[in-house]
Amino acid sequence: MNLNLVILIPLIPLLVFLVLGLFYKKIKPAVSGYIGVLGLLFSTGLALYTAYRYFIAIGKTEGVYKTIVEKTVWMNFTDSLRIDMGILLDPIAVMMLIVVSVISLMVHIYSRGYMKGDPGYTKYFAFLSLFTFSMYGLVLATNLFQIYIFWELVGVSSYLLIGYYYTKESAVAAAKKAFVVTRFADLGFLIGILIIGYYTGTYDFETLNNPEGNSILNWAATSFMGLSALTWALILIFIGGAGKSAMFPLHIWLPDAMEGPTPVSALIHAATMVVAGVYLVARLFPMYYFIEDGFALNIVAFIGAFTALFAAVIAITQTDIKRVLAFSTMSQLGYMMLALGVSGYDGHDGLGFMSSMFHLFTHAMFKALLFLCAGSVIHAIHSNYLKDMGGLRKYMPITNITFLIAALAIAGVPPLAGFWSKDEILVAAFEHSLFLYVVGLFVAGLTAFYIFRIYFGIFWGKEGNYKEKPHESPGSMTAPLLILALLSIFGGFIPFSEFISPDKSGFETHLNLPLAAVAVFAGLLGIVLSWIFYKKESKLADKFAKGFGAFYTWAYHKFYFDELYLFVTKRILFNGIARGAAKFDKKYVDGTMVGIGNQTVNTSEKIKGIQSGKVQDYAFAFIAGAVVLAIICIYLWLN
Amino acid sequence: MNLSSFLLMRQEIALLLIILLLVIAEIFIPKRRKVSIVHLSVFLFGIHAIVGFFEIDESTLFGGMFRSNNLIHFFKNVLNIGVLILLLQSADWIEEKIVNQNKGSEFFILLFSSLLGIYFMISAGDFLMFYLGLELSTLPVTALAAYETMKRISSESGIKLILSSALASGVSLFGISMLYATTGSIYFSEIVQALTSTNLTLLGMVLLFAGISFKISLVPFHFWTADVYEGAPISIASYLSVISKGAAVFILMIILFTVLKPLAPIWENMIYTIAIATMFIGNLFALRQQNMKRFLAFSSIAQAGFILLGLIEGSQLGTATVVYFVLIYIFSNLAAFGVVQAISLQTGKERIKDYEGLYRTNPNLSLVLMLALFSLAGIPPVAGFFGKFFLFTAAASKGFFLLVFLAVVNVTISLYYYLLVVRAMFLRKGDNPIPFFRNKVYMRIGLVITVLGILLLGIYSPLYDYIYDLSSALN
Repeated sequence: MNLNLVILIPLIPLLVFLVLGLFYKKIKPAVSGYIGVLGLLFSTGLALYTAYRYFIAIGKTEGVYKTIVEKTVWMNFTDSLRIDMGILLDPIAVMMLIVVSVISLMVHIYSRGYMKGDPGYTKYFAFLSLFTFSMYGLVLATNLFQIYIFWELVGVSSYLLIGYYYTKESAVAAAKKAFVVTRFADLGFLIGILIIGYYTGTYDFETLNNPEGNSILNWAATSFMGLSALTWALILIFIGGAGKSAMFPLHIWLPDAMEGPTPVSALIHAATMVVAGVYLVARLFPMYYFIEDGFALNIVAFIGAFTALFAAVIAITQTDIKRVLAFSTMSQLGYMMLALGVSGYDGHDGLGFMSSMFHLFTHAMFKALLFLCAGSVIHAIHSNYLKDMGGLRKYMPITNITFLIAALAIAGVPPLAGFWSKDEILVAAFEHSLFLYVVGLFVAGLTAFYIFRIYFGIFWGKEGNYKEKPHESPGSMTAPLLILALLSIFGGFIPFSEFISPDKSGFETHLNLPLAAVAVFAGLLGIVLSWIFYKKESKLADKFAKGFGAFYTWAYHKFYFDELYLFVTKRILFNGIARGAAKFDKKYVDGTMVGIGNQTVNTSEKIKGIQSGKVQDYAFAFIAGAVVLAIICIYLWLN
Repeated sequence: MNLSSFLLMRQEIALLLIILLLVIAEIFIPKRRKVSIVHLSVFLFGIHAIVGFFEIDESTLFGGMFRSNNLIHFFKNVLNIGVLILLLQSADWIEEKIVNQNKGSEFFILLFSSLLGIYFMISAGDFLMFYLGLELSTLPVTALAAYETMKRISSESGIKLILSSALASGVSLFGISMLYATTGSIYFSEIVQALTSTNLTLLGMVLLFAGISFKISLVPFHFWTADVYEGAPISIASYLSVISKGAAVFILMIILFTVLKPLAPIWENMIYTIAIATMFIGNLFALRQQNMKRFLAFSSIAQAGFILLGLIEGSQLGTATVVYFVLIYIFSNLAAFGVVQAISLQTGKERIKDYEGLYRTNPNLSLVLMLALFSLAGIPPVAGFFGKFFLFTAAASKGFFLLVFLAVVNVTISLYYYLLVVRAMFLRKGDNPIPFFRNKVYMRIGLVITVLGILLLGIYSPLYDYIYDLSSALN
């Protein structure tokens, strides 16, 4: 396969970035929008072509999809350690190419409408291109070093985009928080890379991931605190991934990052950057699976499950619709991690891995759609808060329908995309551990509940006090909504397991009917409950009631049920647990991280006095330092 | 001794000739045309820096006192480039503020003399030459620190520097004498043969180390740094933090890796401890600085701490990563100091607060400073990232994972305060932003070179390969 075309995919956005960045004064805003969209259009076309070539035209050789790598030696770091640069194509890389291209293209088109009239229009498109370039680079990386470079570059461009509204104090603070927190997590990633380099002598994914390779057989060579060095390395790398993918307790930056422009949230904080952590674990999956019987993988699973639950519960309480979506994203990312964590390797055992990637794909589509719809709403009424919304379905029909589609998809209602991928995840969890399955199922219900809560809040119910009549967004914004809605409907029909599995050979999946039924039931239950609580209060139930007919009457007339649910959800779940969890998150998790920062600054303040300005003191310190050092040398280290 | 062996000292001789030429020029150029001395100096040094790239044989002179090999020669070229950029960045300042005080040529003569001392210091093959070079490199700089005689703070800085460096050089001389006492030689090649770890040699080693650490400003020998940087003219602060520090790192590396090789297990511990102290102290102090020069002073202390991670490796890989890092560090720090210099020259403002809103009035300058700070913070894909990553790999290759961990923690802390400046420039409005101004040609060339360095040095991998090959010379 000719990779010359593939390399153009990242290079085009880079070129766009350079052009827009260097000539930002001379290019008219409208033109820069077109340049951005056009560039991405080319990249998307190439990505789709690549996918066609890879999966269909070339297909499997000897039953597996071959990993295609083209690389050059970038540097001979030492006589034994070599660093390469190049591009790598394998099923998950190709899949990610499509996700990044499609979402980025939609966001580019959408931004032309959303950011219209903004003074930094050209700058915005330049940053978007930079981000897209970095993300492509991350996806195509052939080794740990290369992925790390792009990993950080993604962080930088995300920093620039979150802080885009630089006149807003909160946006600036959020940008910095996101950057520093993820950098803090990257600490782990970096050390993990160094440990792997030290023990295996290579950074190359192909070598590292080869199940028969030396790197994996020799893992037991050294141990530290009861675990092998490579397990530690993988745990550390997972910490890096957890930072980017907002896993508990490194998630605190994501809700704040919502200060950025909404299309940016759709691109970065829903579909692409935040899944980088999931992608990283998937990229190294054979290592995670084979080294020390997958010890590190269990951590991934439990952190994922906990995050999924934790975030879903918090999402219920939020009143800012973008924050609801942010927590929802966290929760879904937790799902993906959970699925990776429970996955096996060969054949059908790889269901978890496959479903994780599947969910990554479908989630990207419907979550981006949700964000873009939210952006459309915010664009219309200039507020993020539920209390200012209501009854918008009359004014914004397209947004209404597309939001509903996305909400049904995330709630797991068949036959929409989310149903298929979520179902596979639950099956994989069920086969691995009943506990994780129950957690997953419960989260599925919660997801449906909170997403419909905001759906009803925005589009139904009492109309807000609108100063001027809200209106549907322009075509440049609704067109991406419609396209993404189509993808959210039909995306689930792609036979993912044919294409993606840990051993790259593909397998067949069948719908596990009982489990699917239970999951759908959980989802519908969530929808119904939210309907009762949030729709009924609006007193406009009649119209909607017809749609659900029997369900509604059943729930409505069984008054004691209603009371019971009210008690359970509103009293215990909502007021007790969820509020508590939200408070806990705000006060302790966030507080601890901020506390570490403050403590550092305080220490800095306290020791300031040492620097007195007197040369005598300095000389004293000098001599004292030398003497102490000499004493330590002679008495401590000499023998 | 014949001509060809003298050519081994070509760099030194050429620089000496430039100094003498400037002395003559100072006498013969009439007072109203003194500005031409600035152009002459930049021109002559530019030629010198370019000619420096021609190869020099590997050999020794004066019975081993003076050594020349490709690594040393390469490092001299690196320093030449640094000094050239520094000259370009200072030229406007000299032209506008200094020449009319009738001491323009002093600046260049003293600066070049210091560089000459550095040449001798890093080419030294014995402790006598080393000590002479050390002194010659320090004394002119103390004069330069007190250069702006009209300013009280500048004189204070000069006094502090000369007192501290006198102490440091005394201490290191004491250390050298102990090494001489135990081994009976001052030649590097002979000392390494005779060295055993006794109490006296260890004491000698520590004192010598303290003396050199003073120039690198490692904790606890760093106290002079911030005060001197703050008071000295920016060019001199820049020189101290980049050229003088880089050279001291290089000679420390030579001494540790070759002369004190037998004591490696002990000095590894020492470097380990000092590295941790230096990174933390440098970073914690940098967090709260309000003045750009003090801020850069502490940041450069922290950077020195990171360099020790390469030194601790103790062989070819360590040498290569350290030299590579110093090269990148020169470009990054000079870019930062260059912007501070430009702003200070135009407006006299030096506080971080004054930089608020800079992006709106002077977008290009703020981009340069942002790149420089990103490079210092080690964010890919700018060069600083590669420098740091390789240093960490060097330390990790000896299994010092705890040290690497602490270093990475420090990278995160440092990111915080570098971002404070970036935030001030880009994300704050500022009540009274610095008005737009244009830099003169010299400054612009100087800044462009540094930016190119920051952007390209990391990605251009043959450079590292080249340094790695040269680095075998030390081992």
